[in-house]
Amino acid sequence: MNRSKRRTGRRSPLATVALLALGLVFTGGAYAALSTGTAAQAEVDPNSQETIEQGKKLFQANCATCHGLSAQGTDNGPSLIGVGAASVDFQVGTGRMPMQMQGPQAQQKPPQFTDEQVKQLAYYVASLGPGPDIPADHLVNGGGDAANGAELFRINCAMCHNVAGAGGALTEGKFAPPLNDVSGVHIYEAMVTGPQNMPVFNDLNISPEDKRDVITYLQYVQDNRSPGGFELGSIGPVAEGLFIWIFGLGAIVAITVWITAKSN
Amino acid sequence: MAQDDHSGTEVAAADSSHAAPEFAGSTGTAVIPHDGFENPGFEPHRPRVTDEDASRQKRAQRTVYTLFYLSILGSVWAIAAYMLFPIESNDVGAVRLNNMFVGLGATLALLGIGFGAVHWGKSLMTSPESIDIRHPIGGTEATKAGAVEVFREADEESGFSRRSVIRNSLIGALLVFPLPAVVLFRGLAPQDQMPVELLSHTMWAKGTRLALDPSGVPIKASDITVGSAFHVIPEGLNDLEHGRLEEKAKAAVLLMRLEPSELNQAPDRESWSYDGIVAYSKICTHVGCPVALYEQHTHHLLCPCHQSQFDVANHCEVIFGPAKRPLPQLPIAVDDEGYLIAQSDFTEPVGPSFWERS
Repeated sequence: MNRSKRRTGRRSPLATVALLALGLVFTGGAYAALSTGTAAQAEVDPNSQETIEQGKKLFQANCATCHGLSAQGTDNGPSLIGVGAASVDFQVGTGRMPMQMQGPQAQQKPPQFTDEQVKQLAYYVASLGPGPDIPADHLVNGGGDAANGAELFRINCAMCHNVAGAGGALTEGKFAPPLNDVSGVHIYEAMVTGPQNMPVFNDLNISPEDKRDVITYLQYVQDNRSPGGFELGSIGPVAEGLFIWIFGLGAIVAITVWITAKSN
Repeated sequence: MAQDDHSGTEVAAADSSHAAPEFAGSTGTAVIPHDGFENPGFEPHRPRVTDEDASRQKRAQRTVYTLFYLSILGSVWAIAAYMLFPIESNDVGAVRLNNMFVGLGATLALLGIGFGAVHWGKSLMTSPESIDIRHPIGGTEATKAGAVEVFREADEESGFSRRSVIRNSLIGALLVFPLPAVVLFRGLAPQDQMPVELLSHTMWAKGTRLALDPSGVPIKASDITVGSAFHVIPEGLNDLEHGRLEEKAKAAVLLMRLEPSELNQAPDRESWSYDGIVAYSKICTHVGCPVALYEQHTHHLLCPCHQSQFDVANHCEVIFGPAKRPLPQLPIAVDDEGYLIAQSDFTEPVGPSFWERS
């Protein structure tokens, strides 16, 4: 009975599958088109009154609870006057702000705003007082000298972020985050503004060209993985020791059992 | 004298399941409780599949020689891989290929021999159960008396006890003999300078400018924003022809700028900083690791080796960890061109403790 019903029905049994597939492809495609669309149209005029007005609205709706209605700071959050567009672009663009909860350190999470909104917020805060600006493209696209960048990274950054940029622990629950997959712009902005407990590395300490070299080095490390085989997270002797304790000694124990067991 | 005169008896019990091994001779120093566990003897002998089945035996034989042939193959491959994947340039990729393939060959060569030999022993060699009785360590009375006799005779014949002048002069010669070595080894230490002096002073002197590591560019006080951390070397370090790294290892400094209101300075040290800019030795007072994990809001400096923490706002006093002394502070000032300069060397030796540290 079922069979005859299906045969006489309007749709073939494959129609549902085809429709689902079509729908998925369409939504996926539309999402992809839209998300690249927002990235492409992120050209926000930093000086236009409209940008600043939009930014102000976003600020008052999302940030003012802690940072104050005119960014003057409250007991729960510092003043943002003079932190510059770079600071906002970093904190909001990496999802650290708005903060989920007070803690030792603001956690990274998926960004809450579109790229355009981040820029509007950034330029609004920049309009309150002068501060570091979002860096130009040629400084963050990795076209510098990786060797020089590596030396600077080892001197200035590696003690916290690990020599391969894998991150590391600090005091009382704080940590230096891993730098893999962090965009060049955000690395640059972090150096200039010193987010959270990271020290500031201003342009007289590490010049803009040197910062470009550091970014080049980090991209080089990402593209040229460890020549020595498994990196085990590049976090050094702890991971390597644990690995050899579990797998190396495990293999020795297994072989010992095999050698001493009586043959069948 | 060998101890063979008192070897234990080997007991083989391959085909008798009931024969408990008999102990021969004394049990040495072993404690034998009277109500102890009784030796149950061997388990019944269980023949292996290779003992009973000729085809299984053949297969085991094949496995063993295949493993040995694989080992030969691995050795030959290691030689071939060394030539096929040469390390000719500075290309890291070439090193990786060379290491991996040579390593695989050598691994196969060794494991083939090892696994082959063990498999041979386990599955093909005869398998009687047997016990090797542990020999008592002490010799028999006769052996001991013989040894004493040998020493007594030697003493009598050489006159070691009788000719005391000769004996004592020999002992004296042996005691003096190592002295040249002590003097020679002392000569390996730095010459013309006392190690204590070397450890107590660094390259910093009155008026030495603070310069950026690694470029050596001098730093102006106005260059430093609040919250900054600068890694600093003495100006002129890069021009040293000898001992540059030794000097850097002692003179490395971390320069930080805090809000002046956040610094709690001792009255006698107020002149050591400049407008919130402070300079501290980067060498941990515990075992000398570079302390440079600076947190700009908590003002904590963390040493990555053993987690000592120093509070920059309170003269780098130790707030956690195994370090016992605060990091030495470098007194700084500003010269008339605006550059940061040292007022003097560190006022105490930097780095970990040493014997003669005052």
